[in-house]
Amino acid sequence: MFGKLSLSAIPYHDPIVMGAVVGSLLAGFGVIVLLTYFKKWTYLWKEWLISFDHKKIGIMYIILSLVMLLRGFSDAIMLRTHQAIALGASQGFLPPDHFNQIFSAHGTIMILFLAMPFLSGLMNIIVPLQIGARDVAFPFLNSVSFWLTVAGTMLIMVSLGVGEFSRAGWSGYAPLTELAYSPDTGVDYWMWSIQIAGLGTLLTGINFLVTILKMRAPGMTLMRMPLFTWTAVFTNVLIIFSFPVLTVALALLTLDRYLGMHFFSNDMGGNMMMYTNLFWTWGHPEVYIVILPAFGIFSEVVSTFSRKKLFGYGSLVYATAAIMFLSFAVWVHHFFTMGASVNVNIFFGISTMLIAIPTGVKVFNWLFTMYRGRVSFTTPMYWTLGFLSTFAVGGLAGVLLSIPPADFVLHNSLFLIAHFHNMLVPGTLFGFFAGYAYWFPKAIGFRLNETWGKRAFWCWLIGFYMAFIPLYILGFMGMPRRMQHFDNPAWQPYLIIALLGTGVICLGIGCIIIQLLVSIKDRHANRDVTGDPWDGRTLEWATASPPPVYNFATIPVVEDRDAFWDMKEKGIAYQRPTQYDPIEMPKNSWHGVAIGVLAFVFGFSMIWYIWWLAIVSFLGLIAVVIARASLDDIHEIIPAAEVARIENLRYQNMA
Amino acid sequence: MKKLYCTFAVLLLLCSAVLLQGCSELLVLNPKGPIGHSEYFLIIISFVLMLLVVVPVIVMSLWFPLKYRSTNKNAPYDPNWCYSKKIEIAMWLIPIAIVSVLSFLAWRDTHRLDPYLPLKSDAAPLHVKVVSLDWKWLFIYPEQNIAVVNEFVFPAKVPLSFQITSDTVMTSFFIPQLGSQIYAMAGMETKLHLMADEPGEYIGQNQQFSGAGYPAMTFKALADSKEHFEAWVQQVKQSPQRLDIARFKELQKPSSSVPVLYFSSVDPELFDYIIHQYNPITMDAHPTGDMPHSGHGQ
Repeated sequence: MFGKLSLSAIPYHDPIVMGAVVGSLLAGFGVIVLLTYFKKWTYLWKEWLISFDHKKIGIMYIILSLVMLLRGFSDAIMLRTHQAIALGASQGFLPPDHFNQIFSAHGTIMILFLAMPFLSGLMNIIVPLQIGARDVAFPFLNSVSFWLTVAGTMLIMVSLGVGEFSRAGWSGYAPLTELAYSPDTGVDYWMWSIQIAGLGTLLTGINFLVTILKMRAPGMTLMRMPLFTWTAVFTNVLIIFSFPVLTVALALLTLDRYLGMHFFSNDMGGNMMMYTNLFWTWGHPEVYIVILPAFGIFSEVVSTFSRKKLFGYGSLVYATAAIMFLSFAVWVHHFFTMGASVNVNIFFGISTMLIAIPTGVKVFNWLFTMYRGRVSFTTPMYWTLGFLSTFAVGGLAGVLLSIPPADFVLHNSLFLIAHFHNMLVPGTLFGFFAGYAYWFPKAIGFRLNETWGKRAFWCWLIGFYMAFIPLYILGFMGMPRRMQHFDNPAWQPYLIIALLGTGVICLGIGCIIIQLLVSIKDRHANRDVTGDPWDGRTLEWATASPPPVYNFATIPVVEDRDAFWDMKEKGIAYQRPTQYDPIEMPKNSWHGVAIGVLAFVFGFSMIWYIWWLAIVSFLGLIAVVIARASLDDIHEIIPAAEVARIENLRYQNMA
Repeated sequence: MKKLYCTFAVLLLLCSAVLLQGCSELLVLNPKGPIGHSEYFLIIISFVLMLLVVVPVIVMSLWFPLKYRSTNKNAPYDPNWCYSKKIEIAMWLIPIAIVSVLSFLAWRDTHRLDPYLPLKSDAAPLHVKVVSLDWKWLFIYPEQNIAVVNEFVFPAKVPLSFQITSDTVMTSFFIPQLGSQIYAMAGMETKLHLMADEPGEYIGQNQQFSGAGYPAMTFKALADSKEHFEAWVQQVKQSPQRLDIARFKELQKPSSSVPVLYFSSVDPELFDYIIHQYNPITMDAHPTGDMPHSGHGQ
């Protein structure tokens, strides 16, 4: 009846896990209490959960990713604290079983449930606004994508208290992930949460590529698009071409684990190297998927806060396109040591080095945007400067690793861990934090507190250096990654410094939370009345903050790059139209939520071998899709009078 | 901005202090074998070449915003200046030039440092067959007909020729101070060639996570003079234990922190038997254009 599931799946014996479970449940319960007390359930359902508004979906994505940042970071604190003490006679406080789950969860959460939802969220809020559109191409699909991501996230959260998570790392190498070596539910949680969330991401990729190609405002040619929209194009192409490879890799592993097949097993003709190749054929484009939107954000921020046109727009676009193409040609650099022939390793070593060239070009373009500009030091600009100065170090490490024989002595060491965190933290995460600070007024309607934002930045920057420079050194000292225990006392001082750095980063996260609370408290004083708090250059700043559901009452006509700046210079930025037309928008609907819930139930029942429930939920998914497809009445008209009322109110407030 | 400068200054001091303190602990930068030496050279040269780009970038990232800060009204302000052919050419050509040099080095040295390439030496190579298990290492010396668990003793200044496989999941055989690592995979054989320039005690480890006992998969790699090595072989031959297939099956059972075990003789078919457990056709992980051949391995 319940498959493999029983009460013994709950880890009563482990105080740390039970503490985390109780904490999460209390937090969830607290939210429920607040919603009930303020009588916001109907509001939450009607205005947010069933919303097809890309701006609201985007905000929900970002809330999800920030919550997962806390989960992934608690993993990081536990790993660093444990490693600082697990020397010699001390076994630390995390037995191997637990330690191995934590580093597996840390990587999985940070890449797939922090970075991916964050970039989906920012793309959702901003891209339609930047291209002068009213919505994305497929609003229902947008809701489905979000709720599939939530389903995957919920599986990860449930794995904390019901059963265990994978112990095979976020990359899940075979044959360690095969039933012979990982017989319990851990790998299944990992597999299904990624598979379900990955489907959501694939749909987002299709949705946004079509949106950008087909729904730009008149006059916005491709070479007049803002850089964030350009990087969204390349990111979505990467998503569309790479995610199916991950789907296949995980599907084949599913066939091995559920139907006893032998794609990646040690015996019966299985080949573990095939998994490695498939995973990284997705995995490398994936890391470019998470960094390109950050590059787009840096382009916007550096131009706006230097009050200057972006330097080398053309070469920025072509360099990003080059990065996109090359990112499919480098995957073997993740396993130079797997025994490929000399010529294979040389090819991929050189292709990896090549990808550093357009990346460097972009950095130079950003630097020269500041040259002869007027630079103001706002929070988004701080994050950008932190990126520009720190990312290059990680790039140096990357080029070093791209030379196969150098990689032979550094592969899988802490040098590697330092390198990719050097890319992901000052690169991806700082970019997303900059985007968060930059676009928060637009999405929410008031500005964030600058003081706490800057404090958060300094804690993150200093904490990053303290936490990861020692890891470069430890790599040279021969320390491998994923070590639950070690015997070399010379390593310990560096691990302690790294722990202190993690503590400083923790303060940074605290500052971000405080910033949000303080900003909410001061929201009336910091209201963004004009919709253009930074004297921005691109079309999203032409709308109110937050924009009405239809974004633009009249679709703008674009005459140049930096469309809004161009309109301001020509004096036509806030022209009131003589009349308003009715606007057709999609109707909100519960189908997306339903698909998310059913996908979660399907994943959970597959993990626990509850076959009848898996069949029922799968049929339910099909039924909801058919129900949605049969609907004729999926639009609503906003009458011209209502549009006029909303717009007039905005002009009143601006005056 | 002052805060940023201070941060960098402090970090630079920290790094120099740390590096000056424990040079000998930096195993990868203190190689004791020709492979490790060549790889160390590659690391240094690519580091130096990349500094040609990285240092200017860091300097510009601090200097430009400082000089062109909005409160500095003396600095020139050119809001529409957004293209320069000279800068464009330089920003593509300089990285291309550096990558070209590094590509040449990568091409040349990936050939020279191919793990499958035997080392040039007057001394006859020592053949060793390595098997990774859960969670220990087995070393078979076919020419001496002995086997050892969790200790690797070998003569210095003699080229080592490894044939490597795994009896469990993917692992990675690595002696950091001697040079390259390579994966060990079940049903397949990978090859590695290393040498120690001088006698010494080195650390060996598993560099690919393989489950609960992974962190304990370290072993001592002891390079000794030829005489001492021969004496040690004789010592191992005194062991009452013999490594036949039955004894091996006991070793297969998962265990970690296994103390060093000596076996005075080894079943000569054992290594092939281990591979054939998973793959009845012997297949190299490293195709050189040969067809897989059935039956026993080379």
